[in-house]
Amino acid sequence: MTGCSEQAIRIRRAGALTTVQDCGRPGYAHLGVPRSGALDAPAHHLANRLVGNAPAAPVLETTLTGAAVSAECDVIAAVTGAQAPVRVDGQAARMGAAITLRRGQLLEVRSATSGVRSYLAFSGGLAVPRVLGSASADLLSGLGPARLADGDVLQLGPLDGTDGLDGCALGELPAGGGVPGPLQLVIHPGPRFDWLAGRGLAALEDGQWTVSPDSNRVALRLAGAPVRRRRGELASEGLVSGAIQALPDGHLVLFLADHPTTGGYPVIAVVDRASLPACAQARPGSEISFRLASGIDRHDWPPPPDPPDVW
Amino acid sequence: MRFRPAGPGALLVEVDSLAQVRALHARIERERAAGWAPGLSDVIPAARTVLLDGVADRAALAADLRSWSFEPCPPAAGQVVEIACRYDGPDLSDVARQWAVRPERVADIHSALTHEVAFCGFAPGFPYIAGLSGGREVTRRDRPRPALPAGSVALADEYTGIYPRTSPGGWQIIGHTDAVMWDASRDPAALLRPGDRVRFVDVTP
Repeated sequence: MTGCSEQAIRIRRAGALTTVQDCGRPGYAHLGVPRSGALDAPAHHLANRLVGNAPAAPVLETTLTGAAVSAECDVIAAVTGAQAPVRVDGQAARMGAAITLRRGQLLEVRSATSGVRSYLAFSGGLAVPRVLGSASADLLSGLGPARLADGDVLQLGPLDGTDGLDGCALGELPAGGGVPGPLQLVIHPGPRFDWLAGRGLAALEDGQWTVSPDSNRVALRLAGAPVRRRRGELASEGLVSGAIQALPDGHLVLFLADHPTTGGYPVIAVVDRASLPACAQARPGSEISFRLASGIDRHDWPPPPDPPDVW
Repeated sequence: MRFRPAGPGALLVEVDSLAQVRALHARIERERAAGWAPGLSDVIPAARTVLLDGVADRAALAADLRSWSFEPCPPAAGQVVEIACRYDGPDLSDVARQWAVRPERVADIHSALTHEVAFCGFAPGFPYIAGLSGGREVTRRDRPRPALPAGSVALADEYTGIYPRTSPGGWQIIGHTDAVMWDASRDPAALLRPGDRVRFVDVTP
């Protein structure tokens, strides 16, 4: 590798939506600050590991149509997440592997063939100013760097091996990138499961939903037969990632990383953390069904009128 | 105190009043400062609930909470922040009608009440400032406005809110402030945090 004047990359084609993401901003929800961060956490961590970064280092997250980036210096790159053709100066390159880019070379991630979000990591990590400890672009509240535009230049690290680890849950999660076909998401009872009328959570297990085109980093909006629920509204209460709200018209909203920290519609179920990467990769039009986590008996939910003290 | 599951890693604790939320939240923060439940990532107080996120063992955590005794929070829990407010909002007459007073009385009544930040949410730095309970609760507008300007001081239910940036909203706007509610380059970024007491100062020209 030869040295060069600027350790940087340049965005040549930003695609539909490309942002900088890391592990987000846990710990500030009580101030109204969304968690944010890479939606497909395992793909984010894997991309960093492939280039020798700390798993939590900031990367690029693309949306459906990929992106193209030129190297302003020699750099190691990796592409993970949504499956897409990868090219270096027009030559095919592999996803999920370290790619050596020489100064001036163009790395292209073309439109995803399955999944939504690809992750591009670069050795040294993206040196983006942190806001509340994170380089993530939060599209709900506007915190962090703006979405990227053609021509933007991003400086690279160096990041050391532990920088930015705060808040990252580093576990062995299944990589969610580009799982084709209907998605079955594992769910748990939510705090307001008892707002479901009729058959309760069993109705979720038996139904089928489609991801709406107005889904984004805030939430998947799910179209399908409306669920029957109690009327009215709750006082606002805290929300977790993966929370599924039942709206007054019976439609479902499944919250992702940029979700608001509080909400007033009842959360009837919560998606298991291991299913969140699949949510990140669910395309508009994808079919979604739900399965209760093992050990949870659908006949127990809803239980008698009084909510359980312990479950 | 009722415990509601919020997925495998979180617990929603429900109580009966804002005062109980305050007492519960204060005790949780005191215990956390002493090393309790180190895995918790977020503790979110709200109107009748406290959400604990990042819970490894919900049953053990619930047992701890059940074993605690709670003392009512002294009213002077947080810092006192003065908010200079111009009571010139477009919904003054609506609020006056709900309170059965003349519009020019709204500023006097609102600025004389005792206000305390119950929780934050909706947007970074947006405070739900409790203080209208006991007869001054306000119903929202029938139709939300597409854009309330930053600095709008607005009422809904038992709360006063201050909009950190231009946002849609259905709250009744009674005035405006130049206070910067959120500045990410400031530490702390949020001007108002749960537990802070707020004194609205009438600076209507």
